[in-house]
Amino acid sequence: MPFLKLVPDNTNIGFVRVRHIAFILTALLTVASIAAVGLRGLNLGVDFVGGLMVEAKFTGPPPLEAVRANVDSLGVGQTTLQQFGDPKSVSIRLPLPESSDEGATNKVVAKVSDSLKKEYPGVTFPRYDTVSGKVSDELIQNGLLAVVLAVLGMAVFSWFRYEWQFGVSTAVAVVHDVLMTLGFFAITQMEFDLNIVAAVLTIIGYSINDKMVIDDRIRENMRKYRQMDMKSLIDLSVNETLPRTVMTSVTIMLALGALLIFGGHVLRGFTAAMLLGIIVGTYSSVYVSSSLLISLGLEPQKFDKKASSKSAGAERVGPRS
Amino acid sequence: MLDFPRWKVLSIVIALAIGVLLAIPSLIPEGDAARYGLGGMPRINLGLDLSGGSHLMLEADTVDLAKNNVARMEEQVRAEMRRGDTKIAIGDISTTGGRLSFFVRDGAQVDAAVERLRTLTQPAGMTGQRDWNVAVVDSTRIVLTPTDSGLKAATNSAMDVATEVVRKRIDELGTKEPTIIRQGADRIIVQVPGLQDPSALKALLGKTAKLEFKLVDQSASPEQLASGRAPVGSEIVPYPDNPGGTPVIALKRRVLISGDELINAQQGFDQQTNEAIVNITFNSEGGRKFARVTQENTGKPFAMVLDGKVISAPNINEPILGGQARISGRFTVESANQLAIALRSGKLPVALKVVEERTVGPEMGADSIKAGTVASAIAVLAVVLFMWAAYGRFGIYANLAVIINVFVIVGVMALLNATLTLPGIAGFVLTIGAAVDANVLINERMREEYRRGRTPVQAVELGYKEASRTIFEANVTHAIVGLIMFVLGSGQIKGFAIVLLIGIATSVFTAVVFTRMLVALWLRKARPTTLNV
Repeated sequence: MPFLKLVPDNTNIGFVRVRHIAFILTALLTVASIAAVGLRGLNLGVDFVGGLMVEAKFTGPPPLEAVRANVDSLGVGQTTLQQFGDPKSVSIRLPLPESSDEGATNKVVAKVSDSLKKEYPGVTFPRYDTVSGKVSDELIQNGLLAVVLAVLGMAVFSWFRYEWQFGVSTAVAVVHDVLMTLGFFAITQMEFDLNIVAAVLTIIGYSINDKMVIDDRIRENMRKYRQMDMKSLIDLSVNETLPRTVMTSVTIMLALGALLIFGGHVLRGFTAAMLLGIIVGTYSSVYVSSSLLISLGLEPQKFDKKASSKSAGAERVGPRS
Repeated sequence: MLDFPRWKVLSIVIALAIGVLLAIPSLIPEGDAARYGLGGMPRINLGLDLSGGSHLMLEADTVDLAKNNVARMEEQVRAEMRRGDTKIAIGDISTTGGRLSFFVRDGAQVDAAVERLRTLTQPAGMTGQRDWNVAVVDSTRIVLTPTDSGLKAATNSAMDVATEVVRKRIDELGTKEPTIIRQGADRIIVQVPGLQDPSALKALLGKTAKLEFKLVDQSASPEQLASGRAPVGSEIVPYPDNPGGTPVIALKRRVLISGDELINAQQGFDQQTNEAIVNITFNSEGGRKFARVTQENTGKPFAMVLDGKVISAPNINEPILGGQARISGRFTVESANQLAIALRSGKLPVALKVVEERTVGPEMGADSIKAGTVASAIAVLAVVLFMWAAYGRFGIYANLAVIINVFVIVGVMALLNATLTLPGIAGFVLTIGAAVDANVLINERMREEYRRGRTPVQAVELGYKEASRTIFEANVTHAIVGLIMFVLGSGQIKGFAIVLLIGIATSVFTAVVFTRMLVALWLRKARPTTLNV
């Protein structure tokens, strides 16, 4: 029985040859992402800016402008309305009341829900979050710290396991993935909350996984073909691992696709971020991180010396059949 | 690699079987689990975003805490200076800037005063520091400054008490399975599943419940009240429900009886007016004090002060003996009941503020679970079909591994009493996708080796051997990220990280060890001459 093959056997695509084009494209996209974040900004959720978020579920798609006018007329501060993926659900964001009295937020919630219930019978309020400014600052700090530590942690790991060039190229590629995702959120203005930080961390995890597989193959081939020049060696390694790269990306996208379509609106932003991250991560594994190794001056001879002196006598270093 | 002794097969099968069995109680509804005698088995916890409920983060008011700390010291100092044969006269006490300062009237007694103060300070922290610094300035003025470790120790003990008080109050509300955890130096996390309206809870937790009985200073003139300046020995206190009109009242500073002497508080009704009231019972000491105070002050108004506000100030009509009293005020049944609970559970040593609140309706939680389950099922189905189409027999082995992996993750989570959150479901789905990665790596490697002309057995053997190293490298780095998320993440992120970490561990085991066993058993039996992969 013939099996499904997404990538034909023995591909020989010249990834390294186009690396300059890839770098320029990547750089442009990255700059565009940073610009988008800088100019449009991220639509930060209450997790990060503090405030009050009430989710309202109407019986049908609500007239957004009328709802906004209704909430605005209550005098509870600047209202931000946002539609979820589900057309009946709207998130209403308000600043936290100035008073530190415990009852104050309750009163705001009650005011909004009473007013909306009167106007739109059948509306329900399945969720509300309030986060104070102090807590939200901490959440931003911890989120940033987590992302930075994750990138550093894996860079250090791959530096110790392989060569410093692997650490740097992986870190660069991962930072690129993160920036792309942020750019996506800046452009779509989807709400960026704590869950999205989890998604970004996941993208980092996956992206590293992807790059490790290729790096590992490069290292293996460096031992196997000592005389081969770096460019063909990297091309060979990327081509050899290409079927796996594509197969795995497709299976994960299948799984995430199910979540995107059937997982409900609460997780939609989260899933969209991960899907995009998988695509960007796969791209950066194939085009960016491995090609970058050449630009960083990785040489097989030097590598071989280090490897054999460090793990002399280890099973893997022995002559291959 | 074909060498799979029977004991190895057996232990792998048993390990996985245990994992799968552990998952069963979590997969059937709670009631059914009890019916099949599985009630006591560990179940996966559902996060509040899935089960519905409220998550509150309470933070101690540090300003309030420091103030209480100094106030307590002031009391101790006054008592200590009066103690013994030689009383030390002090004056001009001030507690500004978090420090306590006073002067000793007789200059010759300064040393003796410092000596007595030393006994009031306690060792705090590891470095042999004490909780207060005692310094003499201008030869007769003594300044007491709390040290950092002293403040830390004070916060710590206050938070211990506060956590207990919060626990008592929530238990009194009769909510089901609340979780109350202290977090960090000055925070308490309260999670109450299934609660739809957390405002009662918040109102209750926001009360310090410091109850004091004081005499009303009737000598204060309306002008004094208006200007906020009280006669000597008195203070102006807010009285929002004052029937007399002005929202303030002048009270003597001295606390006659405090809420600490209460042994019970119950909501009740006034027999004449049918208004909601709170009946309180004093301990014997408090009862005696109450009797004496009411005897001495019959006919005078008497104020009940709760958290710095006067609730009511009725006249004492007759001496109240027997240690029973009641607090009237403009209560509803609900607010009287809340006050009774707050008084019963004791006063909070520090005011708590709600700094984070997340409430999810139970309906929405149920929707999320349903959507998550459907999405997971479809994800599994899509991945299974895809793997089968891509790798045939080896794809089926991988699929078996993935399906068992799903159960084992649930089982391990149940065993660890881990909490499944909404992002956790996403983590789950992602794990399903990523779990096949190891098998993809192995199978692609087999294809490669087989194409290079190796025998089926060699191809399989090399496929597993070479891929295992890669799988290890890739998953260790992935686990680093998971660990960082777990350590730094709060609530939701942590939930995601748990699933991810467990998923990494179990998927490597099922993908590498379990499928290798299946492949080995098949190779041994079929002895294929060609490898169809």
